[in-house]
Amino acid sequence: MAVVSAAKFNTSISPTWCPGCGNYGIWAALKQALFELNLEPHQVLISYDIGCCGNGANFTRTYAFHSLHGRAIPPAVGAKLGNKNLVVIAVIGDGGAYGEGIQHLIHSARYNVDITVLVHNNQRFSLTTGQATATTLSKTVTPTTPFGEIKKPINPLLLSLDSGASFVARGFANDGQHLAELIKAAVKHQGFSHVDILQPCVSFNKENTNEWYRSVIYKLDSHKYKADNLLRAKEKAEEFEQNGKLPIGILYQQERETYESQIPQLAGEPLCQQSLEGIDCLAKL
Amino acid sequence: MDKEVAIKIGGEAGFGIKVSGLILGKTLFNAGFKVFGYSEYPSLIRGGHNTYQLNTAKNDVFSVTKKIDILVALNQESLELHGQELNNGGVVIHDGLDIKDIKDIKDIKDININLMDLAEKAGGALTRNIVALGAVMNILGMDLQLFNQELEREFGDKGVKVVAMDKKAARLGYDYLKKFKIGAYLKKEAGSKAGDYIMTANEATAQGMIQAGCKLYAAYPMTPATSIMHVLSAKQCDHHLVVHQTEDEISAIGTAIGAAAVGVRAATGTSGGGFALMVETLGLAAITETPLVIIESQRTAPATGLPTWTEQGDLQFMIRASPGEFPRFVIAPGDALEAFYMIQEAFNLAEKFQLPVIFLLDKLLSESDFVLENIEQHKVKIKREGFINDNELERMRDYKRYELTKNGISKRALPGQLAGVHVINSDEHDEYGYSTEASDMRTKMMDKRFKKLEQMMAEAPEPQLYGPRNADLTVVAWGSVKGAVIDALREIGDKYSVNFLHLTYIWPFPAKRVKKVLESAKNVLLVENNKTGQLADLIRQETGFELKNRFLKYDGRPFFREEVIKEIKKYI
Repeated sequence: MAVVSAAKFNTSISPTWCPGCGNYGIWAALKQALFELNLEPHQVLISYDIGCCGNGANFTRTYAFHSLHGRAIPPAVGAKLGNKNLVVIAVIGDGGAYGEGIQHLIHSARYNVDITVLVHNNQRFSLTTGQATATTLSKTVTPTTPFGEIKKPINPLLLSLDSGASFVARGFANDGQHLAELIKAAVKHQGFSHVDILQPCVSFNKENTNEWYRSVIYKLDSHKYKADNLLRAKEKAEEFEQNGKLPIGILYQQERETYESQIPQLAGEPLCQQSLEGIDCLAKL
Repeated sequence: MDKEVAIKIGGEAGFGIKVSGLILGKTLFNAGFKVFGYSEYPSLIRGGHNTYQLNTAKNDVFSVTKKIDILVALNQESLELHGQELNNGGVVIHDGLDIKDIKDIKDIKDININLMDLAEKAGGALTRNIVALGAVMNILGMDLQLFNQELEREFGDKGVKVVAMDKKAARLGYDYLKKFKIGAYLKKEAGSKAGDYIMTANEATAQGMIQAGCKLYAAYPMTPATSIMHVLSAKQCDHHLVVHQTEDEISAIGTAIGAAAVGVRAATGTSGGGFALMVETLGLAAITETPLVIIESQRTAPATGLPTWTEQGDLQFMIRASPGEFPRFVIAPGDALEAFYMIQEAFNLAEKFQLPVIFLLDKLLSESDFVLENIEQHKVKIKREGFINDNELERMRDYKRYELTKNGISKRALPGQLAGVHVINSDEHDEYGYSTEASDMRTKMMDKRFKKLEQMMAEAPEPQLYGPRNADLTVVAWGSVKGAVIDALREIGDKYSVNFLHLTYIWPFPAKRVKKVLESAKNVLLVENNKTGQLADLIRQETGFELKNRFLKYDGRPFFREEVIKEIKKYI
């Protein structure tokens, strides 16, 4: 029954993703999470990057702001500052989050604005036919790296941990239930939430396939792993470089005052509902 | 005495030249004199050369002159660079400097004061400027009490001790001048204030933004736009306004557009270089039809250029910036009072037509001190347009954010409204906002956005023609050049038949009006603070008129009044 009701987040348009694309799993998990959080489509604003994940703007029934490549986060921040009552989510690919617009991830993490950033990380610029991104593993051959990628890939979780994100998690596109729980926790978290989502690209990533991911990921056991320690979280975030394993789950969560909560002007009604009557700009001059 | 007096204070950067100059300006203003304050400084925190020039008169003054009457030279460089600007009979105040550079100026009055000695006597070397200004007060023939009042206002929050020290410094300078017999330049009169406020155009813009109900300003510091952010930051708590400093200009405009998309009156501001970074998002505001005000204060460019100097080099860039085509407004006020009104109009226009409005200033406007007189605080009414309420939305059942309408404007449901869920889409889209690449819809959506143009042109105020309707010469200019031309015309007086067409709402281009004026003009002179005459090119493009007489300047300095007068006289 739950699955049926999450369908309220469907639009009349069918997804155009490739059969087997990891986006289907992320999409389903996102809708499931919103549904289980008892949210209605009009209460949610999703700011989308450009790319395969960004095309989700047409398939997911919430308010959507389809932004520019690398620029989904600034409008999300602006929307949250403008209407703090909205649940604000940014959906970005690895190209937009860790390449073109990496500064926005770092800085919004730093000031802990209450938005959730979901990164569809498939290690490729897939919509433009599979060039290497900042997360492409070294030595990988792509159209732009015919002799194998020389550069070292970025570690997105270390990056956001170091930047001050108060919620950092990693999920897997093809483990929908687990991912839905992560997204729920991320949205509920008061502050900046970053969920890096490992996502197979069936068309342009023949290395990091569903099977490959399944062979390297493991779930963090919430009984054994407590996500309240930054140093431990950084160790977890670095496991792939150390032993080739990719832990999924919440790596780090910290209760910290949000950016908005420290701005006195935002204490009352949301900015978008402030009355514009009787303004006297010259009063104190 | 109606004579205008120009006073320049020059010295090393970092010693409060501008602050002390403005104190003198406010003193004169409060005593009933009009002032125009212009500062020059390098892009350094300390060590470069700074000047502040005050032009003051009984009548209006909106521009700076090349020639000055009083030079306060706080270092040798000031004499070397500005000594020759002194008029015959001018006064130089200095502290034991070598005045060889100005020996040839007729009747020069050399006031050699041991400023440092007097400053130390007053209580501190930092009061050196104030000693000099005390001397200037004497030369002007004004009551020192007026200056003291201003010192209290300016330094009151620093404590009684500081104020007492500054007052003593001013007194020492004032009294020292008694032994020089210099006739008073201005007669001290118990006049009342010469207007309502002294403000830079940046300050006036910031006040106007507050008055217009702007609730979010996202920006990254860049000279000469930064002081807008300073003013708004200081006042944000009084007006439920959030000033958000971002990591870069891309984020600044992105944050502003996000706030605008949820219904907030939002703006961003920068200079040309920062605007260049914003350009992609400018197009995003256009295709998503999100109201957005973008302030661009031009400086001498390209690239880093002369970061603290003025130019009008960005006009064509503002009109054309972005891939693709879309309607926008480009508004360029000519002084601080126009900035106060026009920025408010900018918010109304952005919201009414759901598009980006570029508000174009420059360093001359942004950092010069203007007298604002007869300010009408509520002249521009806030008009909130284009929204749709919840009941209406629910009745509709089939809400289309980008509905194809007669005038191209469709109602905006805001995120949070129950029955208005839609995509605010950067992709070309259908009426609901869903992405489409269909040829007919693409054409329809382009036409929809451009349908607004007709109404935009009808609603934008026309360029103003100053002076007689028929004249031997018509001067054409836009934005900040207004001050120099208006003052020049007043100074040359009625014996010359000259009028002045000033453009402020420049895009969409007011072709009809400009054409009409040019058709009846006997001779036309374009005055523009750039290399190529961008407005002249625009006029040719939009009206077919070729403006051959182009008086252009692109050395980082504004037009001095004398050079405008000289140029005008060439044509009559």
